[in-house]
Amino acid sequence: MNVTSINARLMQGNQACAEGAIYAGARFYAGYPITPSTEIAEVLAERLPQVGGKFIQMEDEIASMAAIVGASLTGAKSMTATSGPGFSLKQENLGYAVLSEVPCVVVNVQRLGPSTGGPTAPSQGDIMQARWGTHGDHPIIAVSPSSVQECFELTVKAFNLSERFRIPVLMMLDEVIGHMRERIVIPAPGELDIFERKTPEVAPSQYVPYEPQDDSLVPPMANFGEGYRYHVTGLLHDDTGFPSNSPAVMGAHQDRLHEKIRRGLNEIIMVEEAETEDADVLLVAFGCMARSAARAVKEARAKGQKVGMLRLITIWPFPEEALRQLAEKVKAIIVPEMNLGQVVDVVKSAVEGKVPVYGICQADGEIIPPERILEKIEEVL
Amino acid sequence: MFAEIEQYFRTERLPHIWCPGCTNGIIVKSIVEAIQKAGLDQDKTVIVSGIGCSSRATGYLNFNTLHTTHGRALAFATGVKLANPELNVFVITGDGDCTSIGGNHFIHSARRNMDLNVILFNNNIYGMTGGQYSPMSPSGAKATTAPYGNIERPFDICNLAIASGATYVARGNSFNTRQLTDIIYNGIANKGFSFVEAIASCPVYYGRKNKLGNAADMLKWQRDNCITKEAADRLPPEKKQGKIVTGILHHEPAPEYTTEYQKIIDKFQGGEES
Repeated sequence: MNVTSINARLMQGNQACAEGAIYAGARFYAGYPITPSTEIAEVLAERLPQVGGKFIQMEDEIASMAAIVGASLTGAKSMTATSGPGFSLKQENLGYAVLSEVPCVVVNVQRLGPSTGGPTAPSQGDIMQARWGTHGDHPIIAVSPSSVQECFELTVKAFNLSERFRIPVLMMLDEVIGHMRERIVIPAPGELDIFERKTPEVAPSQYVPYEPQDDSLVPPMANFGEGYRYHVTGLLHDDTGFPSNSPAVMGAHQDRLHEKIRRGLNEIIMVEEAETEDADVLLVAFGCMARSAARAVKEARAKGQKVGMLRLITIWPFPEEALRQLAEKVKAIIVPEMNLGQVVDVVKSAVEGKVPVYGICQADGEIIPPERILEKIEEVL
Repeated sequence: MFAEIEQYFRTERLPHIWCPGCTNGIIVKSIVEAIQKAGLDQDKTVIVSGIGCSSRATGYLNFNTLHTTHGRALAFATGVKLANPELNVFVITGDGDCTSIGGNHFIHSARRNMDLNVILFNNNIYGMTGGQYSPMSPSGAKATTAPYGNIERPFDICNLAIASGATYVARGNSFNTRQLTDIIYNGIANKGFSFVEAIASCPVYYGRKNKLGNAADMLKWQRDNCITKEAADRLPPEKKQGKIVTGILHHEPAPEYTTEYQKIIDKFQGGEES
């Protein structure tokens, strides 16, 4: 590639997320101002009309989540962004999107909680809320970028996964990644794959809205207004979309929602390994903490310590298999995370006691520096 | 079922779940008659509802139907309409759904003036949960959660709609169905936020608790206590006391949201870098 043709820019994570959405084909955004995610709304308010898309500032967080579900049903790739308290408010309608299988992307730029907490302070405290924030058993996909470049590319992937599996995908940024500025190369059009949702191939009279047509168990989705008149509800329902109180129907609906994600794990799970081949100590990190951890790996290696890292790009479903394989080889696992112990417990559960697991957990709005990770490495080696 | 409106129903989903004597079905019939009169394409029409007795109507209606979460129908409908303004969008909601948990969405939707047709089924009570008082239960009314009488004051929801900026506001009831169909039809013609309060009766939970008689008695109450705006305008104030005014209460067109948004797209589409 000619050097001058590279579209390199200095960009903030939040902006990269917004630009990634446009690249992915997002044409609808509804949101409500909240620190530290507001830049996403500001960028899209300007950018969406330029590409024929729609932006609306709704009256509240709940309405924003509702509006993107409504928009998605007409065929528009849809997104909202929020933070902390707003993420709490979105949970009910997030569950609606899971149950009724409406694709959408929800960005949560994590800030220190609970409650109003520390609005400008970074955190990774919403990992468990991402998994279990809405009531009832449900699958979810959550991903977490560690750089501005990845904010862009992972937003594209988030839309692809959402449209592919008909499920909301959570982009779990943190305030550091959201507000950090670094160099980004904007991919050329066509460079990244874009997935378009499957629409029915049958005539409207033959369309059974929630009947899977293949082993993916993801039914094709008709857009409102295109002749396929069907019913969408938050009630558990059968393949026709109409509610049922039958335990067999309700159970089957729940099972399919989970099974379609289980069958897609190979596409959904994304991790990155660094220096793991001979590692005695494995760092498991995600988001901005993967940057501290990468530095710690480098410095430990310089001292002759065999340290590697597993970076979680997908957090939910949890990359258990990748972790288990590494747990067979290493002597200890350290999980640095900016909360008081969320992913570390999942890691412990996944490795089933085969190897000791240590958390470095902190929830004071400060990044855990590489030095603290290096101290822990010394301690466990 | 009347043959001329059968096409608008998912007849295989009937009979409906509503109690004997409930007038929700009467209001639904007026809605589809208005849709038929307006000649709307079923394929291009979306009906959105929230949670509650009346919101179950969407399951029976042969359109693109969206049965949403409690109170949020207007917010879902806003997404549908803005994403595809070619769709005709209706919202079916109840007094609890719209004026209590959905109150914020209601005032902001009215203010925004997106082309939505909202029909509020006002039965003065939470029926689905078994008869709790709503923001539209009259003062003094009894409910399972107001066993000693309601000490709150109800909304005049039409006045709230007008104050919030709705460009079309009307009230009807389930007794005078010709009027109800007409005001819904006129709302469809308004390019903007059109709001119709349809007075319904709930003989089972509201009527029984408040000793209002049977279903027929409650319909007669609607007949005897509602007067049209035209009639009310001719009456001296003392004769209007206690009467519920029906008909078109307010119609003041204003720029419609999706039309205004399209102007922005037309002006800025294609512009990339600043």
